[in-house]
Amino acid sequence: MTSANGEGDYRSTVRHLIDGQPEHLDVLQRVCRAAAEGVSASGAGICVMTADGTLGVSATSDEAIGRTEELQFVLGEGPCIDAFAARRPVLAANLADAANYRWPMYAPAAHDNGVRAVFAFPLQVGAARLGVMDIFRDRVGPLTEAELRMAFTFADVTVEMLLDTQEEKLKRDGNGTGLLDVGHRAELFQAQGMVMMQLGVSIAEALLRMRAYAYSENRRLEDVARDVVNRTLRLDGHKE
Amino acid sequence: MSTVSAERLATIFVEAADTLVDEFDLLEFLHMLTDRARNLVGAAAAGLMLADEHGRLEFVAGSDENVRLVELFQLQNDQGPCLEAFRTGTSVINVDLAAAAARWPRFAPRAAEAGFRSVHAFPLRLRSQVIGALNIFGTNAGGDFEPDDVPIMQALADVATIGLMQERTIRRNEVLTEQLQGALNSRIIIEQAKGAIAQIHGVTPDEAFLRIRAYARNNNRRLTEVANLIVTDLPSLPGMAPSNGPTTPPRS
Repeated sequence: MTSANGEGDYRSTVRHLIDGQPEHLDVLQRVCRAAAEGVSASGAGICVMTADGTLGVSATSDEAIGRTEELQFVLGEGPCIDAFAARRPVLAANLADAANYRWPMYAPAAHDNGVRAVFAFPLQVGAARLGVMDIFRDRVGPLTEAELRMAFTFADVTVEMLLDTQEEKLKRDGNGTGLLDVGHRAELFQAQGMVMMQLGVSIAEALLRMRAYAYSENRRLEDVARDVVNRTLRLDGHKE
Repeated sequence: MSTVSAERLATIFVEAADTLVDEFDLLEFLHMLTDRARNLVGAAAAGLMLADEHGRLEFVAGSDENVRLVELFQLQNDQGPCLEAFRTGTSVINVDLAAAAARWPRFAPRAAEAGFRSVHAFPLRLRSQVIGALNIFGTNAGGDFEPDDVPIMQALADVATIGLMQERTIRRNEVLTEQLQGALNSRIIIEQAKGAIAQIHGVTPDEAFLRIRAYARNNNRRLTEVANLIVTDLPSLPGMAPSNGPTTPPRS
């Protein structure tokens, strides 16, 4: 599908920024540093849901940001926790405002660490929740429209990378069939639900298995999804 | 087509106001609105699209969810009445599909094939911003709207926008982004749940949606909540899982 309004440009900028980070770093740390650079932020962090269903800090752009990120889990409140629970972004352009009603403990503590604004983006595909990306700034003010789009693109790319990390066979520079850049086709998501039930796995696992199948058969993800919905293909090997 | 009676309109607005309480479900609310919009003018179908962060229109709610209709919404990522209303911020009224092939070369023939004769779209406006569009499909060749109907349908579109902004802190523009993103993800959850139910009950995704919606209503649960539980914790919904079904998903 052709992307609207230069979406592809955002994706290639994001890729370029990630590739420009030092190679010796962990891949998620490179994403954090690239995200901070891409939206003129002081830092970024990625929290990932572990196998037992709890959320924890997985990577940060640097150690200072890492301490700010960890604070949320020490205090049990913060943008990352809220974004994960509500399954939607949390955009706090002025942390001082948030001190009054949102995060009475976290906001002043993060403020002491020099944070003035924080923006949290869920890493998710529908009910499949992988984690959250947090972006921190040392100045008050909202993200511009272009910065917001950049941040959302970073979140999309991170979702794909997290899936790739779990599925060793898939390299992120494979044939480039992104999970989300085919457009939000209803069929794709319906197929995920069907595959989940066919295989008796979680929805996140179903996403992985569909991607792996498309990759190994060298087919487009949307074509695989269509066949699943039309019941001409099952991923559990049974005949329809 | 006759103009809308004041009583019917008043009923809808009262219903909308009743729904907009603390724990309302946004997608359920938008579904209700598209259903009422369709009934109000005796149209064949109505649906609502919202723009994502890239300005791409996504289908969010429809008076019904049959495959052909959903496809007509998805096509409007690159052409069609929704996209026009979204881009211009003004309504698109009484367009005869038979004469619209030049205007929308892909959309118009597909919509005609699906049995529609006319099409209309109303922008969802918030201050200077347009955040989506309300789409009406009719079966009258001449169009479905009298001049008096137009502001009424626009008012319904505005009610949809109010639903999106139903938060205590609506002054912040960020809240709109948060809400929109949340709504778009909820829509994905509903599609995943449709697929899950279609698989285990051996029905079409359309039929699966009807079952999910009926379950939510009969059990007085929110549509989005039921859809989410179907995908993440099906055993917690007695009556939804088949009693001797083929597979049960693990809790996640």
